[in-house]
Amino acid sequence: MMIQLKIDGKNINARKGEPLVDVALKNDIYIPTLCYTTGQACLGTCRVCSVKVDGVVTAACTVPVAHGMDVEVNEPEVTDMRKALVESLFAEGTHNCPSCEKSGRCDLQAVGYEVGMMVSRFEYRFTPRRRDYASDKILLERDRCIFCQRCVDFVRDEETGQKIFSISGRGANSRIEINAEFANKMTAEQVTRAVNLCPVGTIVEKGVGFNDPIGKRKFEIKSVRERALEGGPK
Amino acid sequence: MKKIHEILENHNSDRTRLMDILWDIQNQWGYIPDEILPEMADKLGLTELDIRETYSFYHFFLGKPPAKHQIYLSDTVIARMHGYQAVYDALEQETGCIFGEKDVTDTFGLKTTSCIGLSDQEPAMLIGKEVFTRLTPEKISQIISRLKRGDSPADIVNPDGVASDTLAYINTMVESGIRSKGAVFFQNKTDFKALLNQVINTRPEVIINTVSESGLRGRGGAGFSTGLKWRLCSDNDENTRFVICNADEGEPGTFKDRVLLMESPKEVIFGMITTGHAIGAQEGIIYLRSEYYYLKDYLEKQLADFRAEGLLGKCIGGKPDFNFDVRIQMGAGAYICGDETALIESMEGKRGTPRVKPPYPVNMGYLGKPTSVNNVESFVAVTRIMEEGALWFKAMGTAESTGTRLLSISGDCDAPGIYEIEWGVTLNEVLKKAGAKDAWAVQVSGPSGDCVSVKKDGNRAIALEDLSCNGSFMVFNRSRDLLAIVKHFMQFFVNESCGICVPCRSGNVDLLKKISRVIENKACQKDIDEVVAWGKLVRKTSRCGLGGTSPKPILTTLEKFPEIYQEKLVKQIGPLLPSFDLIESQRGYLEAVATLNNRSTCS
Repeated sequence: MMIQLKIDGKNINARKGEPLVDVALKNDIYIPTLCYTTGQACLGTCRVCSVKVDGVVTAACTVPVAHGMDVEVNEPEVTDMRKALVESLFAEGTHNCPSCEKSGRCDLQAVGYEVGMMVSRFEYRFTPRRRDYASDKILLERDRCIFCQRCVDFVRDEETGQKIFSISGRGANSRIEINAEFANKMTAEQVTRAVNLCPVGTIVEKGVGFNDPIGKRKFEIKSVRERALEGGPK
Repeated sequence: MKKIHEILENHNSDRTRLMDILWDIQNQWGYIPDEILPEMADKLGLTELDIRETYSFYHFFLGKPPAKHQIYLSDTVIARMHGYQAVYDALEQETGCIFGEKDVTDTFGLKTTSCIGLSDQEPAMLIGKEVFTRLTPEKISQIISRLKRGDSPADIVNPDGVASDTLAYINTMVESGIRSKGAVFFQNKTDFKALLNQVINTRPEVIINTVSESGLRGRGGAGFSTGLKWRLCSDNDENTRFVICNADEGEPGTFKDRVLLMESPKEVIFGMITTGHAIGAQEGIIYLRSEYYYLKDYLEKQLADFRAEGLLGKCIGGKPDFNFDVRIQMGAGAYICGDETALIESMEGKRGTPRVKPPYPVNMGYLGKPTSVNNVESFVAVTRIMEEGALWFKAMGTAESTGTRLLSISGDCDAPGIYEIEWGVTLNEVLKKAGAKDAWAVQVSGPSGDCVSVKKDGNRAIALEDLSCNGSFMVFNRSRDLLAIVKHFMQFFVNESCGICVPCRSGNVDLLKKISRVIENKACQKDIDEVVAWGKLVRKTSRCGLGGTSPKPILTTLEKFPEIYQEKLVKQIGPLLPSFDLIESQRGYLEAVATLNNRSTCS
């Protein structure tokens, strides 16, 4: 069923129930995301796509569009909230972009530029986190993890259908775990997919580094906004 | 000693029953041993990491062997007003063990835990399923020396060996503490068979209409219309539906659900049966927080009684198409499981992470089926509405909040305990009833609620349209350090955040740091401005009600008691915040320079 809604004053027709974040993008309104990927189940973890729906702040990936919705994206208060959430991630983990293998192809870094972040308003914590080297193919660099859960939900052992990545602990002490036995069975393609799925440099392929030269990486050629608006793989 | 495969078979190797399986394992081995994980994973169709993913979420599941006596001391602001520190010190001294560790002989292990629902009897602690209340250093000394002599915790609390399925057993450990009764609760005169006959011979729509007409709103705190919830839950083509009783009473300061389960368990269960009939459910589940493990056998007995009397089971009341039974699901220590979707996740054997909504439980709840999750107190109210009628209930209270409700009153008052109040009474009237003569501040609805000023808010009405209350009511007099209380609440939220979303996981840590800074006289006005802005961020962008309310201890005290903050603030001189330690921040750099200089001198 087709319905009408408003985003930033613009009248928009959409299919009822489609995720708001996708509807906005189709209508050339970009909302930054870190955990959400079009076509995949909504994770609703990063909240970086927060917008106002009928005046109430909500994560746009969790909202199925309905008739008569009045959505504000580029409204000052919620725009600053999105920026604050990105800054919060930079303060919570330890992110050294200049020395990171993911620089230039990192969603967090690209979204950081997109929201105009210069420095985090929150105190940087530099909490030491333990790396996991147990798998032959993958290094888990937890300092950079933003706990989006993409890897937990979307990467599976092809033979058993079991999860390769999981979570342990609770709250600020939770962390991502890797099942080394399954990870060692991952095909080269699957490893690449997992590396690309990770929005930061937590899932790193061992033995491969700096394969694309700095300056020629995806977000250095085109911003995350431009890539999203053009469609196709982000 | 059961083998692991026997435990699994008892639960049909059903991965959704992982919580029950983990409890059976822990009750036998004392913890979840690594060695059994491969067999468990294999039989449940999971990986070892999946199992760890679930159990590592819960405070009471242990991945490593505990001491013989694992002691959990309830750390609440109320306990801290009643000698907590002396008890804490006595425990360390008597056991020779420090908190967070075990002693060298592995006899004692000490841990603190969030509120265990005994705020009128603090300080209190759990040892296994036994609970010890009104602790003093002398009591600790006696308890520990008896444990050292080889007595069990049960020998100490229950020397006569009273059967664990009786109220007498529970009363050996805790009191009910009912201070004032009203018209709705603790009547204990219901003829359940007659009432059942009446209920099942009334059409479900009529029951739902009656509950809607009564104006009953959910007693967990959110205040959603119970009748509407049932209507939404039954308004679909599904054949399977569930009724869940939320007995995960985790809000610090509240204990009224515990008392209802002790004193009126059958009214609770009858409310569930009524719901089952109204929405067309076949199964009811009581999600009981593990801090209330000592109630389990007693509640099982109540269910067995009802089964024997034909109130639960197949063809209830002779109705061939009404099959309804109730089971108990134990939690394992997670405040967040009070959120209905987190509770459902936990019941499915997973981490207690709140779901993304929509879909709502009334559409897709437990095992993907329409589910009505209601509070313990709501079920009792339903039973009484069935008995006395909607109009009787509606005649009490206010327009928006009908009937009466239970308050768990604790803190600075002569008579802490359970009070039944009619919605609409003022804060001052409640304080007077409880003998709170010099009350200064009241934390209404626990940390997730509002801290109000008796001077400014004394005439406000306890009602959803004014000062809403979920049952927790903590009173503080002038001598209390409100900032320390606020900090304790923020630490609670940091401990209890599930960690799934950024604002709650990270933002609460920032807010805790800020309040600590105020207490240490290192905050300036800018810190306060940031607290307000960041608090708003956390409240508005978090996934569930935990982050939606966690900044409230700071924000509401800032509003009602700005002076306690202002007194602690210092002036900012120059561009740096007063809390910024320039020397400390350069330490790494200075060390590196010194090392380099040393090296060049040596060469």
